[in-house]
Amino acid sequence: MPLTSVDRIQGELGQFHVTLREHPRYVDSQKCIACGECAQNCPERVPDELNEGINERKAIFLQYAQAVPLKYQIDADHCQKLRSGKCGICEKICPAGAIRFDDIERLISLWVGSIILAPGHRTFDPSGVRTWGYDVFPNVVTSIEFERYLASSGPTEGKLVRPSDGKEVKRLAFLQCVGSRDYNKASHGYCSSVCCMTSLKEAMIALDQVEGLEVSIFFMDMRTHGKGFERYYERARSRGVRFHRCRVHSLEPANEQGDIYFRFITDEGKQAHGEFDLVVLSVGMEPSRQGVALAKSLGLHLSGDGFSVTSSFAPVRTSIPGIYICGTFSGPKDIPQSIIQASAAAAEAMIPLADARYSLTEQPEPAPGRDIRGEETRIGVFICHCGSNVASVIDVEALAEYAATLPQVAHVERSLFACSEDSQQILRDLIVEKKLNRVVVAACTPRTHEHLFQETLKSAGLNEYLFEMANIRNQVSWVHAANPEAATAKGRDILRMSVAKVALLEPLDPVTVTVNPQALVVGGGVAGMVAALGLAEQGFPVHLVEKSGQLGGNARHLFQTWRGEPIQDFVDQLVTRVKEHTLITVHMRGQVTQAEGFMGSYRSTITKPHCTTAMDHGVAIFAMGGQAYKPEEYSYGQSPRILTALEFDKLHLVGDERIKHGRDFVFIQCVGSRVPERPYCSRVCCTHSIQSAIALKDEEPGRNVYVLYRDIRSFGQREELYKKARELGVIFINYDLHQKPVVRVQDADLSVVAWDHVLHDPFSIRADVVVLAAAIVPHPEVRDLARIYRIPVDEDGFLQEAHVKLRPVDFASEGLFLAGLAHYPKPIEEVVSQALAAVARATTVLSNRRIELDSIKARVDDAACDACALCLDVCPYHAITMEPIADGEAKQRIRVNLTRCKGCGICQATCPKDAINVGGFTYRQLSAQVRAALS
Amino acid sequence: MLLEKVGSVMVVGGGIAGVQAALDLANSGYYVYLVERSGAIGGSMARLSKTYPTNDCSM
Repeated sequence: MPLTSVDRIQGELGQFHVTLREHPRYVDSQKCIACGECAQNCPERVPDELNEGINERKAIFLQYAQAVPLKYQIDADHCQKLRSGKCGICEKICPAGAIRFDDIERLISLWVGSIILAPGHRTFDPSGVRTWGYDVFPNVVTSIEFERYLASSGPTEGKLVRPSDGKEVKRLAFLQCVGSRDYNKASHGYCSSVCCMTSLKEAMIALDQVEGLEVSIFFMDMRTHGKGFERYYERARSRGVRFHRCRVHSLEPANEQGDIYFRFITDEGKQAHGEFDLVVLSVGMEPSRQGVALAKSLGLHLSGDGFSVTSSFAPVRTSIPGIYICGTFSGPKDIPQSIIQASAAAAEAMIPLADARYSLTEQPEPAPGRDIRGEETRIGVFICHCGSNVASVIDVEALAEYAATLPQVAHVERSLFACSEDSQQILRDLIVEKKLNRVVVAACTPRTHEHLFQETLKSAGLNEYLFEMANIRNQVSWVHAANPEAATAKGRDILRMSVAKVALLEPLDPVTVTVNPQALVVGGGVAGMVAALGLAEQGFPVHLVEKSGQLGGNARHLFQTWRGEPIQDFVDQLVTRVKEHTLITVHMRGQVTQAEGFMGSYRSTITKPHCTTAMDHGVAIFAMGGQAYKPEEYSYGQSPRILTALEFDKLHLVGDERIKHGRDFVFIQCVGSRVPERPYCSRVCCTHSIQSAIALKDEEPGRNVYVLYRDIRSFGQREELYKKARELGVIFINYDLHQKPVVRVQDADLSVVAWDHVLHDPFSIRADVVVLAAAIVPHPEVRDLARIYRIPVDEDGFLQEAHVKLRPVDFASEGLFLAGLAHYPKPIEEVVSQALAAVARATTVLSNRRIELDSIKARVDDAACDACALCLDVCPYHAITMEPIADGEAKQRIRVNLTRCKGCGICQATCPKDAINVGGFTYRQLSAQVRAALS
Repeated sequence: MLLEKVGSVMVVGGGIAGVQAALDLANSGYYVYLVERSGAIGGSMARLSKTYPTNDCSM
């Protein structure tokens, strides 16, 4: 429901009455075909919000090229006709008759069972602060504006030129923490969590685009605490990005040409200065204004910064039952965290409504598509420009002309974005109108877009397997950008191959599997228990397997969250609820030793002391957790007063005299993290040490507490703790990986020697207790389970999700999900969110009676098969069996279990008789493709 | 007043979070009203050219 805002929410969980206000679009969405005639002829120019006002749009406009819905809208504040009654050109010119100047606002009334608020954020506006010179110097831009300069759909079509004179940028600077971690100029104490990575990314893209580009990043702490981020940071370093740990005071003009000059302090404490063609202000996040207004009208709890406040143990629940919150509105976060919270909110919203599932919707039925037997082959070829991605390299017009000459091609169509909604409609219409029965889309990669086009084929009544994608972007225009002619020739080759293959494709029948509604959860820590409860509360039986003799996992060793909430009470409640739930079976001291199957129908073997059980389930959630790294460095083990953070917590809690009577405490960060053997950040240790440091100071202000760190990563609102610690007099000392501190044990005395990077001298700190912030490492069980279920682990031994950004709780193998520390180190509220997210993702499977699988399966030609059984041995999925042709007969034949078969084709390659073929990849189809390549 | 719980959910905000929540609910048997203030869904992510750490296209 676009152009709609919430007016009023009344009622309670299960029965909310909502009043919405739908604002006029002035364009009839049913009629608009998004041809763009209106905008081309509209005389009124308005700054384009998508591009941060860098260029202009018209008063009638599309938000962006791939907008959903792809319908124009009129900006009433700028439309001449709506303001003064003059003009009306668009109405005259619109071929669809879609313009509605008399469109009005409508009130919509709805009943809903629960509500999810995801109002998002806005970016900090640096205008008006003289120091940054944002609205003074044209060559100072925000990171969002810079993002648009880099975008191929942006105002410069991805060419990195500077605003003042269009000169190519050669010297680029990023200033971090603009509008974040800054009470003076921005009145925002929090860290926006994403900007360090945003700048690194923008730097890397810019380096790809401009040869010889010099990039400098001015920062306070590099906060690359997410999965894969530290490696990205290292890559940026190795590509020559310069990093300066320094907050820049003020920007000045360097000369008449528009260059920017500023002074800064080097790591060695020396004053330096630099001149830059373009300066990017890495701007932070603020809560969305509309979100704040809505939250206030509902009486929801907001922090002083305006972000919504939730409990770490119920991170997406608000104070009103039935209303949930997710995304950046509950604090700055990146895309995977937003997606995890979104799925978590979906889980929370669906749990109390389990009885009402399918009361308003129906389960989809598989459709095989129209019968094309007897039809002559008519191929439709669709060539996508991908904005300028393809069209700026490949001569798409020539390619289209060439496509028309290929055999059996009945129609050729080009489009700016084949993935956009209007192009999909055109494809749908053409399939029907031109009686197309095979389709080739020459565009990007099937990995991301094949499914979309297949759905379109389906909706046009055509079997979705009568389709081929020719990847003319990743395999052609991107890799051969320097040689357009050769690229166009290669585009022709790839297209010819696809056309040759598609002509021989046959419709494949839908393969469905009945879903077993039981779930398996591996790991009885917080993640596993939250996941088990989330599924059981919806009525799905759960088997929870815990390797040890106790539920609770790592959380048993933690006492409070960063907000100070008591963890043990929460864990105890979870354990009780799990044990009492009639739909949860706990397998204590259990281990999964064997597994087979596929989404909807898995069978896993659980081995316990003295018994082994096989259990059928539709999905599995892996939450095996992590464990603390046991330090080998910093003299750990040589003194009872050198402790890991977890050891310190316990001794502190019980009032051990080492801590009670201690005067000097030294915390050493990144012990085992961010080192060559483990090049990742453990995400929680900075906050943990700061919290302990605060507690020590609170108890006894006269104590000396030192934190030796590389970058303080108190991301998000945790920054408050960092500030508090500094105010209390905790001393933070930066150290470098190449000059790590040294812990000296001399008899009973402890000291830590660190390097003073200003005085260029080592200095020694006397210590009563040294606390090592030890890394979080994956649980060894992760690797075992990964082998059993054939799921990937990453370079660091954590589970590898399907997509780090967009599918953070899924695996590429469907029906399997992950949560908690087995995925990556994270604090407890993120563990709870991810476990709930896994519940929502698993429910998308469990809530179906049956699901449709990919139809690309091996099929046996009984006439050619002599039942030699070679294929049986090679099948890695045990999908092939021998069975008697008829009861009681000795002669046997080969059968393929279609639900087990993954269509890998090993059987096809092995069969000496060419009697087994994978649909969509038969020898005939593949050799046609190869012949076309060679012709 | 209705007697039974309603099998639908309203999601306010059509950015990546709202869209993901809406999809999970719709794929689990609930009717979803996805309410978006602007003319199209996509939110902040639609303005990004690429996303870290994989440098994938945001679209």
